Amino acid sequence: MSLPEYHVKLPDGSIEKQTTTLNLGPTHPATHGVFQNILELDGERIVSAEQTVGYIHRAFEKIAERRPLYQITPLTDRLNYCSSPINNMGWHTTCEKLMGIKMPKRVDYLRVIIMELARISDHLICNSVVGVDTGAFTGFLYVMQYRELIYEIYEEICGSRLTTNIGRIGGFERNFNDIAFRKIEKFLEEYPKVLKEFENLFSRNRIFMERTQGIGGIDGQRALNYGFTGPNLRAAGIDYDVRVHKPYSSYEDFDFTIPVGKTGDCYDRFLVRNQEMYQSLKIIEQAYRKVQEFKGTDADVFHADAPEYYLPAKEDVYTKMEALIYHFKIVMGETNIPAGEVYHSVEGGNGELGFYLITDGGRSPYRLHFRRPCFIYYQAYSELTKGSMLSDAIITMSSLNLIAGEMDG
Amino acid sequence: MERPVRFNTNVKQVEAPASFMGDGFMATSFDKVIGLARQNSLWPLPFATSCCGIEFMATMASHYDLSRFGAERLGFSPRQCDLLMVMGTIAKKMGPILRQVYLQMAEPRWVMAVGACASSGGIFDTYSVLQGIDQVIPVDVYVPGCPPRPEAIIDGFIQIQSLVGSESLRRRNGERYKALMDSYAIQ
Amino acid sequence: MPLTNQQIIERLTEKFGQDIFDIHEPYGLLTFTITKDLNLKVLRFLYDEPDLGFTFLTDLCAVHYPDNVGKELAVVYHLHNLVENIRIRFKVFAGTEQPDVFTATGIFESANWQERETYDFYGVNFVGHPNLKRILNVDEMDYFPLRKEFPLEDQTRTDKDDEMFGRGNLIGLN
Repeated sequence: MSLPEYHVKLPDGSIEKQTTTLNLGPTHPATHGVFQNILELDGERIVSAEQTVGYIHRAFEKIAERRPLYQITPLTDRLNYCSSPINNMGWHTTCEKLMGIKMPKRVDYLRVIIMELARISDHLICNSVVGVDTGAFTGFLYVMQYRELIYEIYEEICGSRLTTNIGRIGGFERNFNDIAFRKIEKFLEEYPKVLKEFENLFSRNRIFMERTQGIGGIDGQRALNYGFTGPNLRAAGIDYDVRVHKPYSSYEDFDFTIPVGKTGDCYDRFLVRNQEMYQSLKIIEQAYRKVQEFKGTDADVFHADAPEYYLPAKEDVYTKMEALIYHFKIVMGETNIPAGEVYHSVEGGNGELGFYLITDGGRSPYRLHFRRPCFIYYQAYSELTKGSMLSDAIITMSSLNLIAGEMDG
Repeated sequence: MERPVRFNTNVKQVEAPASFMGDGFMATSFDKVIGLARQNSLWPLPFATSCCGIEFMATMASHYDLSRFGAERLGFSPRQCDLLMVMGTIAKKMGPILRQVYLQMAEPRWVMAVGACASSGGIFDTYSVLQGIDQVIPVDVYVPGCPPRPEAIIDGFIQIQSLVGSESLRRRNGERYKALMDSYAIQ
Repeated sequence: MPLTNQQIIERLTEKFGQDIFDIHEPYGLLTFTITKDLNLKVLRFLYDEPDLGFTFLTDLCAVHYPDNVGKELAVVYHLHNLVENIRIRFKVFAGTEQPDVFTATGIFESANWQERETYDFYGVNFVGHPNLKRILNVDEMDYFPLRKEFPLEDQTRTDKDDEMFGRGNLIGLN
């Protein structure tokens, strides 16, 4: 290990160690989750960092091998819990790809609305926490109130706030009601102003800029080599977005741009996330308009016509013969789930969230592997922080949008 | 123009404990006064590991505002805090750390297990997850839910407050408390 | 002209011949198996050749097939060519007796932790890995939990009664 030139050399034979070892985490308040970093410090400069993960390893992949497909949705909730609906939809679309279910356009658009709302809430938490770590608590307190608007929409649709378990394989469990649409309208109306104000608090704030510019930067080539995806990769200047490269859920019908940064530092990551929120709003607006265009019986479509795989509504199960049969078949694992292997990925809140599913015809997967984006890119942390100050390491960590639950699988 | 934020002039004050009062004096027991003080100035230590931690963020932020209940100051040092709020899954790898944090807290200390995972392991009945934090530390209040709504967390907090307020001053020197600690091998 | 699965497989068989087999395309994703010792050479070839350009390792994981005696563990690589926007998947098989597979860390930094995870779950020994130790589980663990023969639940737990949770012997699940 070569020490930088500003280091004060101790005389030969000194028993003092030249560097300090600092254990940051796993319960450190500034880590926002359970990450442990063992830092080797020279004064306040970081000479090397070693990350330890696994403090909330919950064995999702093993559990998934014991659960029928529709019971895996609650597991996906708890991966990246800041944007659970994206994970849910990712899992549903994976299953639908496996089973070859063709989704009606209206369901796709409803899903897009939900997914983009989730992306906003995810980016909102990440960006406001970056603010908190630079010493600006106001932004956090301010936007948290507006995140509640998103949660209210979720509640209207599925009854739950955070771990939404939203939708089913083959559609939604019920149609969006009028209150939900009104709340989406309200959100579209109120939120842009809030976002603008939030952005004004930070993006040209001298203190914030000094704290984040040139901190934790990475160039595009290295980022690719480290397996970066999502906003972190785009901040490094590479315009890879699953929504565009491999559109799922009819993303090809929408008009939006991919914001791209340049240096890949904390500031760029912040800006890219901010811009993505605007783009998400744009997508929600388009999707909302498209949904409103469905009239008559088309406006009642909220699931695909795939009774073999779509769990029927509970009241139908009690009153209709056919629904009872299909309910029984799905729950008892009598439906034929095609054997095969499929890889499907969606653009999660912090990167490409992939599902690698192998089935052997049984009711549960033979193997299900989650490609968890932050597990892969957190490896770069030691390279990102090398040579920077201790306080910068904290900002780098929060601006990477690391979610412990997702990382540890 | 009406200001969006107004000063709250309608502050609710806690009620004085039952006492013997006369001109210029008031006599009550230490238990009640100290309980009252402790109850309304708890310093929580958030030990947030996963999803419930995000709900806790909502609880302490502007919308639900936990500080209305006297918990304005979230301490992050175990030495200063008296309420350990464990939120989220505790894996076996994390168990010893949780125990260490508990040991670092000074008496009197209370523990609240927020969410299904902290209470019982929740849906994660696996080889790697601790099946409830009460296997390593004693717990006072369990809050159900996966994750609990902020209202539920606040309710759990109020339960803790009533426990704190009614606790006898000598409880932590008693035999039963010692037996409880011994069962967790805490000296 | 965009790159197609056909071209990729032609280029690969031209170079590696019989070592590439079991070629199929489930859901449009080119999938093939290669002999175990060649995984690095194939990765390097796919990475370096300008017309292939698979420079992004999307995912690396393992699958356990206990019935496939002698080749129980499959290590699965997902690669992505971001320019042509095409993905491929290939597998190498190794036995549990000696699960040695060459590490991809020399080519992809991102393989580092994914290989450690795979080692942690399945015990695949990545030859040449700089720091091959457990990543998610505790170091003291003496088995590889995701292999099919090991149960999901912790066998030493006492607070949950199997009968009450539908996992007892009477019901006959698991």
